[in-house]
Amino acid sequence: MELYIHIPFCVSKCAYCDFLSGPSDAGTIRRYVEALTAEVRACGEMYHDRIITTVFFGGGTPSILTEEQIVVIFRAMRESFRLARDAEITIEMNPGTVTEGKLRTYREAGINRLSIGLQSVNDRELKMLGRIHTFADFETTYALARKVGFQNINMDLISAIPGQTVESWRGTLEKAVSMNPEHISAYSLIVEEGTPFYARYGEGGEGLPSEDEEREIYDLTRRFLEKSGYERYEISNYAKPGFECRHNKGYWERTDYLGIGVGAASLVNNQRFSHIRDVAEYIRLLAQENCSGRKGAESAPIKSVSGQTAAIKSVSEQNASERIEKIVTERETLDVQAQMEETMFLGLREMRGVSIPEFEAQFGKTVQDVYGRVLSTMEKEGLLRVKDERICLTERGVDISNYVMSQFLL
Amino acid sequence: MATIDQSKIRNFCIIAHIDHGKSTLADRIIEKTGLLTSREMQAQVLDNMELERERGITIKAQSVRIVYNAQDGEEYVFNLIDTPGHVDFNYEVSRSLAACDGAILVVDAAQGVEAQTLANVYLALDHDLDVMPVINKIDLPSADPGRVIEEIEDVIGIEAADAPLISAKTGLNIEEVLEQIVKKIPAPQGDANAPLQALIFDSLYDSYKGVIVFCRIKEGRVKKGTQIRMMATGAEAEVVEVGYFGAGQFIPADELSAGMVGYITASLKNVKDTRVGDTVTDAQNPCSEPLPGYKKVNPMVYCGLYPADGAKYPDLRDALEKLQLNDASLQFEAETSIALGFGFRCGFLGLLHLEIIQERLEREYNLDLVTTAPGVIYKVYKTNGDVIELTNPSNLPDPSEIDYMEEPMVKAEIMVTAEFIGAIMDLCQERRGIYQGMEYIEETRAVLRYHLPLNEIIYDFFDALKSRSRGYASFDYEMLGYERSELVKLDILINKEEVDALSFIVHAGTAYERGRKMCEKLKEEIPRQLFEIPIQAAVGSKIIARETVKAMRKDVLAKCYGGDITRKRKLLEKQKEGKKRMRQVGNVEIPQSAFMSVLKLDDK
Repeated sequence: MELYIHIPFCVSKCAYCDFLSGPSDAGTIRRYVEALTAEVRACGEMYHDRIITTVFFGGGTPSILTEEQIVVIFRAMRESFRLARDAEITIEMNPGTVTEGKLRTYREAGINRLSIGLQSVNDRELKMLGRIHTFADFETTYALARKVGFQNINMDLISAIPGQTVESWRGTLEKAVSMNPEHISAYSLIVEEGTPFYARYGEGGEGLPSEDEEREIYDLTRRFLEKSGYERYEISNYAKPGFECRHNKGYWERTDYLGIGVGAASLVNNQRFSHIRDVAEYIRLLAQENCSGRKGAESAPIKSVSGQTAAIKSVSEQNASERIEKIVTERETLDVQAQMEETMFLGLREMRGVSIPEFEAQFGKTVQDVYGRVLSTMEKEGLLRVKDERICLTERGVDISNYVMSQFLL
Repeated sequence: MATIDQSKIRNFCIIAHIDHGKSTLADRIIEKTGLLTSREMQAQVLDNMELERERGITIKAQSVRIVYNAQDGEEYVFNLIDTPGHVDFNYEVSRSLAACDGAILVVDAAQGVEAQTLANVYLALDHDLDVMPVINKIDLPSADPGRVIEEIEDVIGIEAADAPLISAKTGLNIEEVLEQIVKKIPAPQGDANAPLQALIFDSLYDSYKGVIVFCRIKEGRVKKGTQIRMMATGAEAEVVEVGYFGAGQFIPADELSAGMVGYITASLKNVKDTRVGDTVTDAQNPCSEPLPGYKKVNPMVYCGLYPADGAKYPDLRDALEKLQLNDASLQFEAETSIALGFGFRCGFLGLLHLEIIQERLEREYNLDLVTTAPGVIYKVYKTNGDVIELTNPSNLPDPSEIDYMEEPMVKAEIMVTAEFIGAIMDLCQERRGIYQGMEYIEETRAVLRYHLPLNEIIYDFFDALKSRSRGYASFDYEMLGYERSELVKLDILINKEEVDALSFIVHAGTAYERGRKMCEKLKEEIPRQLFEIPIQAAVGSKIIARETVKAMRKDVLAKCYGGDITRKRKLLEKQKEGKKRMRQVGNVEIPQSAFMSVLKLDDK
């Protein structure tokens, strides 16, 4: 199982961002970390038998937490869950929000992968995006990270932003590659409703690159990065061999994942559920439960001392699950049909595509039986390809992947 | 209730040009007669169809029976029959008039006599009704009752000196209207002891009561148990209930006798058994001959109506049958389209009638419809001597078999203030109108006479007229007959395939312009697809316009992580659902809205 931990705070909100995040005061952040820690412990009770293969601290900007807060969360996590020895542990950060000391703390806590939001190498573009750092800030942070010893670093880039041309984007790619990161996520800008960008540009409105230019930019990204030794393993993700993000691959391959924190989403045993999105309410519900949470904490040592009698275990597990249930809003059980659909529309995001033998082993039906007609139509239209017993998108298929994926809904 | 003395009954309707305040006056009359308290009055109680209220117009003729205590100390029964005002609904007006003995003519004190004022008065006079003028809206600052009275006397030629000067909106002088109804509208003359002779002027279908027949009893009487016969259809049934019309409800009574207006329900289940205009008589003691009924009105505008969901075809048939029951002017027959599947070719009195039927089908019967471009009936003279009456452009024979074609023409009268005469003449010119003359009614207003092809006025002529005269022009027309014309069939090809539902007949001189506009509009409506789609307009084998829908270039979600998956599924589902609402023509998906959008090609 994978863990996702959400930190909904940032220094200031970017103009294109529609994530659950925003600036906040130190008091709220402190109470949030307390609540989060309580949730980590409660979830640990429920899933103590699962081995955690990856952890991802996302946000927001998780790096705005203090070193102490990171330590507290990690202590709770290690005490509550069984982390695999080779677990991939990533934290998202923004340039200029970390010191050398903080980076050392990350290393000591066990974090082994950094994901840095660079977005652009051009300070004018950074400003226009509403970012609060410069390219120089990034260079400093990046150099510190290398110095401290991080050997797996991702940089996020955004393409197809207002005013961008194919040539200016090529400049960004050149600079990015010259820094030699292990991983690059290159996203085409999505103008999301409710963001300042939406008010400014609307959907596909004036000022943004046209669809044709956008695809040209996308195409250049792939060719340029592949030439530079980065393989595109997902629609927007590129990595040097062996440095694909294991955590994110889990989402596309439907590995179980547990989301912790406000608004976090989970997939566990074919149930999808997510947490309430209101920070104050999240804090209130988990803080209230702190008293009983402490009872749970007391029972934990008894449990370990008494040699884990089944009865005690189930009582504390039950308490924990009741506590967590209060912060769950939507819960949906996926039937076999929904599972097959997800397998396809998520799996196709990866360039290697969906494994036919794995599909058949999992569902006990041949792909031909379930999707024969769609497959042959899509292959004929040049949108899909079957290679080495895997179904994957063609280049044209990537361009209009929503259309292709929608065909796999039964 | 005992039989009422005929001399105390007044059967009348209200006629007016649209917006002169007919429905408001009806409301006031009902209010003042005390049948309803002010609190019970919804605005415009007679317009009980949701659609009528929303559009603020009267579509279906409605009736109400009210009781008035006159100044002479007697109690009178008024049967007020509301009539629609729009030019499309002359037929409905005609039906209502046949049930009346007199008519109140409402004229706007500011606007004066308008085209439909005249048309309606002539209709009323055709039915031998006494016309009683009323000047409305005298509370308006621009009211000029003196001038309007003169106009009524000069233009229409009826006495108007003592016409009540009222404001239906404020209720001013409504009492005088009521008194004049008693004095000026004649009482019915019928023999209650003669054999039953009743005119059906409307009917509707109720799922509990079955068919409800609205009728005016001319002679004789009818009550529960009477075995009635419909003289035209021959259908017989036993009367289950008779009664009269309360405001918005049916009030049962013991019997209806000569001079009265009311309803009959009988064990009639089949919608087709009752026909508006038919005569009801007593099967045991029949009258010698039926009443004259109404002149049958022929539809002038045709279009195809198709269910958006092919499986709803039987539902559409059922709904059309039920609507036809109280709208005899609606005609339909089954047809099939390559693009749209099974549907009906329907005939309407005009474009407004079409729109209203379409909306009623959608609202009252919950049907999702696709409508093809409306057209008129063309006469096609073939070289072999045959003549075809063409209602569906797809049935046009091969040009080599056609000798010549004729299209229907109308005689139009347009009333307009002097300053807009130029603009309106330009409009008529553009619509292939032939100028017939102009007369000034007064210094600042004139009547323009034109002969116009009907197919030029069924689309948006009325809207164009209003917009070019800032709302001041009014318009009426009557059929003139057929004239030879240079007509061609304009076909639309999407991805090189002809879409039958988009074909229409057009004058050769405007084919290029129309074709170009159609292609532009379709380009906006058809979403990008996997491949490039040419949209072409063609006359015969000649392409006269072309647009291209470019291939879909990009439809991709850049990010999809743990928190995005549920949303992603919804997006894909929506995308798939959207596809279902498309019509597949060849390998192109055409949204239903595309078929409709071409109906409204903007004039400018």
